[in-house]
Amino acid sequence: MLKTRVIPVLTIKDLRLVKSVQFAEHRNIGSFIAAARVFNARDVDEMVVLDLDGRKSGLKPELLKEITKECFMPLTVGGGVRSVEDVQKLLSLGADKVSLNTEAVRNPKLISEASKRFGSQCVVVSIDAKKTANGYEVMIDGGRDQTGLSPVVWAKEAQKMGAGEILLTSIDHDGCMDGYDVELVREVSLVVSLPVIACGGAGNASHCVEVVQKGGASAVSAASMFQYTEITPRGIKEELAKAGIEVRL
Amino acid sequence: MASCSKRSDVIFHYGMTKTVAIIDYGMGNVGSVLNALAYLKVPALVTRNAEEIRCASHIILPGVGAFGEGMRNLREYGLIPLLEEVRQAGKPLLGICLGMQLLASVGEEGGEHEGLGFIPGRVRRFKVDEANVRVPHIGWNDVSPTADAVLFRNVSPLIFDFVHSFHLVPEDSAVVSATCNYGEEFVVAVQKGSVFGVQFHPEKSQKSGLAVLNNFLNYA
Repeated sequence: MLKTRVIPVLTIKDLRLVKSVQFAEHRNIGSFIAAARVFNARDVDEMVVLDLDGRKSGLKPELLKEITKECFMPLTVGGGVRSVEDVQKLLSLGADKVSLNTEAVRNPKLISEASKRFGSQCVVVSIDAKKTANGYEVMIDGGRDQTGLSPVVWAKEAQKMGAGEILLTSIDHDGCMDGYDVELVREVSLVVSLPVIACGGAGNASHCVEVVQKGGASAVSAASMFQYTEITPRGIKEELAKAGIEVRL
Repeated sequence: MASCSKRSDVIFHYGMTKTVAIIDYGMGNVGSVLNALAYLKVPALVTRNAEEIRCASHIILPGVGAFGEGMRNLREYGLIPLLEEVRQAGKPLLGICLGMQLLASVGEEGGEHEGLGFIPGRVRRFKVDEANVRVPHIGWNDVSPTADAVLFRNVSPLIFDFVHSFHLVPEDSAVVSATCNYGEEFVVAVQKGSVFGVQFHPEKSQKSGLAVLNNFLNYA
């Protein structure tokens, strides 16, 4: 059976590991290299590294190399990816998948170009969504700009353009540890055949069970829960297993 | 020739008999494979140089991407006759993911393409109900090896990381070393003589994957 994955997310700003609440109030919580090493040692299923400064400065290659050197699991890297050349650069530095967000909305051809060249399996389209009066809306540029797009429509389009996976983040729940936006995840996972990674809001194991069972998520990701609490990815997987969800233990 | 003998000297002096050539044909994650081999403390290099490939004791054909482009690149870099030479010499060769698929005679991804033909068979897309089974097949899945499968000796847990939409269907079931179930049962590892292939990513499958690589490197 295919396993439901548990994925720690590392967000980086000014070359430090940070954690935000609703995409604001970024708090410096230490060295991302140290954090990556801990997750490597903990035998996690997969890891996502997002560089929030990517659009202006970009991850320093030598720092990314530090992460990939002993990373024997799939690694998704994103933040400020604007071109097929950027995708190639990250892949050559040891990323297995590259996450596209703002630029993919502005120029959806980037998805098809990247998937044609490197295969759709390494193209993750990251969607940041916010609840509005008229339903959910896709936000870009770190949650600052509205797009008028619904996540359902955009996820379908991304799949058509050749995305291999959707990383779906609820801005409203980011950093709140009050549970995933299950409705958002459900809406999106119902309309695409791609795996959907739920992100934003995880605070305990029952949140993770809920978003898999009711939201249809193929994977659960979390940042605050793993940084601010004693809960480990393995602990989450043990609880998922108790709920009858297949995991890798 | 110069670079070849130089490397051999180094190997000779340090008593190293194992060296790995990771074939560089512009298809994907050679860095990850190199990192895994470094962790296993096996000298390895990423190369498309004929002499370096001839000098290596083990050859890895990695790869992420599309079948047609993979074959085109192998052809463009003159690697097809070299890989044929490796096969005929009985030197252990491991194809990973797309690298395994290219061992087949035909690939169906994006139209029909001729493969290396080391493992007679076709590479086709998952034939599953895509409304219920998500394709690509991404993530960790259980693998069932045959009793005598060299690559899986003493490997546990038998769970590996996959990322693919196509898989190899060999003509001869005798080459099958392991299968997996994802909407349909499919072949995830093959062996024919000294030619091995795995559909999953051993370099990304934590300790189980490193153990599979180790078994390959111990095959001589």
